[in-house]
Amino acid sequence: MLARRLRMTYLIVILTFLYAPIIVLIVYSFNAAETRAIWGGWSLKWYAELFRNKSIMDALSVTITVAVLATIASLILGTLAAIGIHSMRGGMRQVFIQVTNLPMMMPDIVTGISLMVLFIFAKVPRGYGTMLLAHITFDAPYVIFSILPRLRRMNKHLYEAALDLGATPSVALWKVIMPEIMPGMVTGALLAFTMSLDDFVISYFTSVRTANLSVLIYSMTRRKVPPTVNALSAIMFIVVLTLLLIQNLREVRAEKSKPKGVRSV
Amino acid sequence: MKRSSFAAPYGLWMLVFTVVPVFIIVFYAFAASGGVTLDNFRLFLEPEFVGILTFSLWLAFLCTLLCLLFGYPCALFLASRDMKRATMLVVLFVIPMWMNFLLRTYAWMTLLEDTGLINRFLEWIGIGRRRLMYTENAVLFGLVYNFLPFMIFPIYSVLVRSDRNLEEAAQDLGANSWLVFLRVTLPLSLPGVVSGVSMVFMPAVTTFVIPRLLGGGSFMMFGDLIENQFLTTGDWNFGSALSLIMMALIFISLGILHRFNPDAESNGAVW
Repeated sequence: MLARRLRMTYLIVILTFLYAPIIVLIVYSFNAAETRAIWGGWSLKWYAELFRNKSIMDALSVTITVAVLATIASLILGTLAAIGIHSMRGGMRQVFIQVTNLPMMMPDIVTGISLMVLFIFAKVPRGYGTMLLAHITFDAPYVIFSILPRLRRMNKHLYEAALDLGATPSVALWKVIMPEIMPGMVTGALLAFTMSLDDFVISYFTSVRTANLSVLIYSMTRRKVPPTVNALSAIMFIVVLTLLLIQNLREVRAEKSKPKGVRSV
Repeated sequence: MKRSSFAAPYGLWMLVFTVVPVFIIVFYAFAASGGVTLDNFRLFLEPEFVGILTFSLWLAFLCTLLCLLFGYPCALFLASRDMKRATMLVVLFVIPMWMNFLLRTYAWMTLLEDTGLINRFLEWIGIGRRRLMYTENAVLFGLVYNFLPFMIFPIYSVLVRSDRNLEEAAQDLGANSWLVFLRVTLPLSLPGVVSGVSMVFMPAVTTFVIPRLLGGGSFMMFGDLIENQFLTTGDWNFGSALSLIMMALIFISLGILHRFNPDAESNGAVW
C-alpha cells in the first residue's frame, strides 16, 4: 500500500521511541560523575559498585529464587490440575475454569491487596514465604491454560490403547500423556517464570521484609536513585537481549528444518 | 483413584489463596459494626472520589486511543508481506517489553526531569526549559510508552495469520489498496484490536506506579486511591469497596469487549 521505505521509516521512529530511554540509561551507566547533570567521562565504577551493593544483590537473588521456586511449584500444581480438569465434566469443570480465570482477570492491585489482607488476617508475617505463595497463585493459571489446549487436541484413544496393551494407569499417564503435554508445560513454565520475574504489584503488597528487584527499584525511585541502578538496567537489558536473540535463532533454525505455522507472539 | 482428583490440591490452593481473599474483601466492603452497610459505597459517590475514577478512565481511554493510533500501523507494517527480516524486527519490538517496567519508567524520569536531556535539548535550540515531569502529560506519556507493545502484538499476530488470498481476491475484483484495507484487512484484524484494547485499557486503569513516579503523586488515579486506603489511611472498609468497584469495572469492560469479538475464546485468557 504505502511505499516500503515509508513504512520502514515509521517502524524505525517507533523503535527509537521504545529504545531511547533504555539507551540513555546504558550510556549514563558509564558516566563517571555522580549526577546525571554532568558528564564526567567514561568509567566502569558503577558496575563495580553494583556487585558490592548488598541490597541490590540480595534483591536479585530473591527475584531469581522466587521465580524458580514459584515456577516449579506452579508447574507441578498446574499440570496435575490440568489433567484433573480435563477429565471433569459439567458444573465441576466450569467451577475450576472460572476460578482459574479469576486471578488472570482480576487487576493485579486487587489480587495483591486481597492476599495481603489474607496474610494479615491469618497473622502470617509478610516476607519471602508469603511472596512465594502469592507468586505460585498467579503463576499456576498460566500453566493450566498452556496445558489444557494440548490435552484437548490429544487423541484420547492413545491413553486407552496403552491401557489395553497392559499399561497401568500411572504408567500410561507417564508414558503417553506426559510426552503429549510437554510442549504446553514448557510454554507454561516460561510464562510463569517471566510473570514472576517481572512482577511488582503483587510482591509489593505481599512482602514487607523482603524486596525483589522491582520492589527495591520502586523504593529507590522514591528517594535519590543511585547511579548503580543504571548499571543494573544495562546488565538486565543485555541479558534479555542475548536470551531473546538465542531463542529467536533457535526458532529460525527449527522453522527451517520443519516448516510450521506462524508462531503467535 | 479418579483422575479428576488430580485437581484437588490446586482446588484447595485456589480456595485458600484466591476465593477466600476475595471473600474477605467483600466482607470488609459491606461490614459495619454489627451489620451490613452500604456506607463504604456511598462514600465513593463523593465528587472527589468519582472525580478520581473519571480521571483514571479518561487517562486510560486516551492511552488506549494513542496506543491504537500509533500501534496499528506498526502491526500492519510488520505483517506486510514484502517486509524483509520481519521476524528480526518483531523481536526488536519485543525486547523493550522484557525490561523491567519500573526501570523503563525510571528511564523516562531521567529524560523528562528539569535537568534531563529533553530539557537541555530544548534549552540548546533556544526554546528554554519546560516543566515536563509531574504533569498529566508525563503520566499519559509513561502509560503509552509502557503499554504500546501490548497493542502491537495482538494485532500483529492476527494480521500475520490471516488469509492473504482474501486481499488478493479483493484486488482482483477491482478494489484499490485503500478499499482493500477498509473492507478486508481492517475487519479481519478486529479480534486483534479487541484483545489489544483490553490488554492496554485494563492495566492503564488500574496502575498506580506510573502515575506515582511520573506524576509525582500530584495526580491521584484509581489504583493510587486504593493503595492509599490500605497502606496509608488504613481504611480497609473503604479500600475494599473501591477494590470491588474496580473489579466490577474490569469485568464489565471485559464483557463488553467480548461481545465485540467475533471469535472470542471461551476461556477468557488474555493472551
